[in-house]
Amino acid sequence: MAESKVREPLFHVVKREGLPIWKTLLVYAAAIVGGLLLVSIFCAVCSEDIDNPLEMFSSMFDGAFGTERRIWIFVREGALLLGVSLALLPAFKMRFWNLGANGQIVISCLVCYSIMNWANTSETPIPNAIVVIMIILFGVGAGIVWAAIPAVFKAFFGTNETLFTLMMNYIAQGLVTVMITIWAPTGSGSLSPIKNYGLPNVINEHFLAILTISLITVFIFFYLAKSKHGYELAVVGESEKTAKYAGINVKLVTIRTLILSGAICGIVGLLITGGISHSVSSVSHNNMGFTAIMTSWLAGFNPLITIATSFLITFISLGMGQVRQDFGFYNDAIANVALGIVYFFIIACHFFINYKLVFRNSKHLEEKMGITTVGGEKGKKGGNG
Amino acid sequence: MKKVLALLLTVAMSVACLSTLAACGGGEKADPVAALITLHGTSSTYDKNFIDAFKTACANKGLKKSQYTVKSDVGESNACYDTAADFADKGYKAIFADSFGHEAYMIQAAEQFPDVQFYHATGTQSLTKNLPNFHNAFASIYEGRYLAGYAAGLKLNTMKDKAVENNFQVGYVGAYTYAEVISGYTSWFLGLQAALDEGYTATMEVQFTGTWYDEALEKEAANTLINRGAVLVSQHADSMGAPTACQEESIPNVAYNGNTEKSTLVAYSKINWVPYFEMMIDKALGGASVDTDWTGTLSTDSVQWALGANVAEGTLAKVQAIEAELKAGTLKVFDCAKFTVGGEHLTSYLADVDGDYVGEKNVIITEGEVTYFAESYYRSAPYFDITIDGVTLLNTKFGD
Repeated sequence: MAESKVREPLFHVVKREGLPIWKTLLVYAAAIVGGLLLVSIFCAVCSEDIDNPLEMFSSMFDGAFGTERRIWIFVREGALLLGVSLALLPAFKMRFWNLGANGQIVISCLVCYSIMNWANTSETPIPNAIVVIMIILFGVGAGIVWAAIPAVFKAFFGTNETLFTLMMNYIAQGLVTVMITIWAPTGSGSLSPIKNYGLPNVINEHFLAILTISLITVFIFFYLAKSKHGYELAVVGESEKTAKYAGINVKLVTIRTLILSGAICGIVGLLITGGISHSVSSVSHNNMGFTAIMTSWLAGFNPLITIATSFLITFISLGMGQVRQDFGFYNDAIANVALGIVYFFIIACHFFINYKLVFRNSKHLEEKMGITTVGGEKGKKGGNG
Repeated sequence: MKKVLALLLTVAMSVACLSTLAACGGGEKADPVAALITLHGTSSTYDKNFIDAFKTACANKGLKKSQYTVKSDVGESNACYDTAADFADKGYKAIFADSFGHEAYMIQAAEQFPDVQFYHATGTQSLTKNLPNFHNAFASIYEGRYLAGYAAGLKLNTMKDKAVENNFQVGYVGAYTYAEVISGYTSWFLGLQAALDEGYTATMEVQFTGTWYDEALEKEAANTLINRGAVLVSQHADSMGAPTACQEESIPNVAYNGNTEKSTLVAYSKINWVPYFEMMIDKALGGASVDTDWTGTLSTDSVQWALGANVAEGTLAKVQAIEAELKAGTLKVFDCAKFTVGGEHLTSYLADVDGDYVGEKNVIITEGEVTYFAESYYRSAPYFDITIDGVTLLNTKFGD
């Protein structure tokens, strides 16, 4: 060290470009497996029943795919989460932070349940076909209204959409609580499912949701990638001023995109209450509105990659449900720890896909190759949470 | 970089292989028997009481770990049906759910799997649904609360400096304003009043939280009651919120669901689910059927109580004497002569027994000299939902 005049740092962070796709995928896979390995060790240490960490992996696969019903539930839950993620994508691409998916889903559930409850308690028999048409129209409509209100305020008055959409969540959940009090005056705050009314079963109670979300996925892919609307919202996301000078009506695009976002959340709510649970509670959304922020962000707002992230997160949460049973954890905290660790690993590997560390002795080699060094940009892509 | 990737790939592959091996090498597989579904996990005293009893019952009946399972944190939603149906798929013969809101989903599963027995605590519909494989169960916990209240009354007798004009003000933190909770605090308050020395009275304020489990809210509710002058506090909510508040303020506390291990604990009562779980497991192993609607009592050891560190001298013998009277049936908790409603003694009352929220059954019975409200008599789940004189509700909470 004595001969060097300027002390060099041990390593530099260097932007990496053009990592082949297979390598990228491999890094992701390794990160996920690495994260789960860490979780498995953690589980084995905490468990009184099981000492072998690797049993966690068999438990996870068993939990997600162990029986025919589990496979259906896995695909259904994955599809619903994917649906919510796809609802957020257009808004997020437009840099409109729609944190209100929970509320948009729940308000749709509430409206659907109200209609089903009305039909169920009506004196004159009401055919299910009418109920189905009504819940589709009003359920999806409710989701649209819940998303459009913050969008209109953002477009015309420049209000902060993050706070506004969050606030709308509380209003929706509060409304559900109020209505449950009315419907079940001395109950425990839970409503009986109304089995007589609702969406028809296609094959079984899971398939309709899966089919619908599949169609939405195809639609969103083409909407974002190929349509004029998709292009416009991307421009608004990049720069509102650019969009304005390019002749794009920013207000219109904002409201239109959020109507789409709310409509998809409304469809998810419709599928949950109309097709699966036939009931409503203030947590009918299963917190997918927030989980979907993670899945869509991890996917870099790419609808196809969102499929992978949604099913991965669903796999981990269903898998951890089984792990809790097998390992004797009488608390769901462990599942959240697992998800947290895996998120962390994925976000960390995001960094290593975009940047690389160049150590002191290999520096001259990198210079020869003309790679530029960037400083202080660590974790630029990992800042969600 | 390639080396690193190769290494990671190797790790991934080996994990996959080993986990497959682990799946195969599970050892002896006995037939699954019993499964428990709980609303929250062990951090909730209510659910912990079920989980502990379930494990004890399974161990008592010699079940292997592979023969029973517990899934905690199952919401009162479709998730309950999915879980129950999944257990039935897996071959469990007895499936139990512990929360009121699970009932509709357990019934749904019971209809679909006639060969599997479904059991549900605190529910109200088994008698009206008439499904052979769906059962409700609860215990006459009001007797346990009466005894815990009696211990609290004896404690108050040693705190006469805290009485205002010979009246003790006590507080109660409740979850929701419905029968299970109302029945609980009323029996507790009646026990407390029965133990007070001649010339002393008590009044009670009740603060509801609107949730079964919220540590901060329950603590806040207890502090509200203490600040309003309560000299002793009890609760029917599932976190350690109220007991902690009482310890911090050095206020005697009466608990539910088990020992809080606080220095201020006077007494606690709890439902012991072990006898019921054992019946359920016996049935699954080929034994006798379980009643469609079953009420555990002091005699079946389903209702238990114990004293804490902060108890008055001589309490044990006195409470045991009262317990003997309850067991013998000579003392009734809801003896109509012992309480008034709007200044009057009850002579008849229509309670909602069939679960439609409309009272239809007269539940006031006269046996010999005693006229009493027959709680948990026509149905295991409580239906006493009257606010008696001396009790003030600071708020009401329905729904979640």
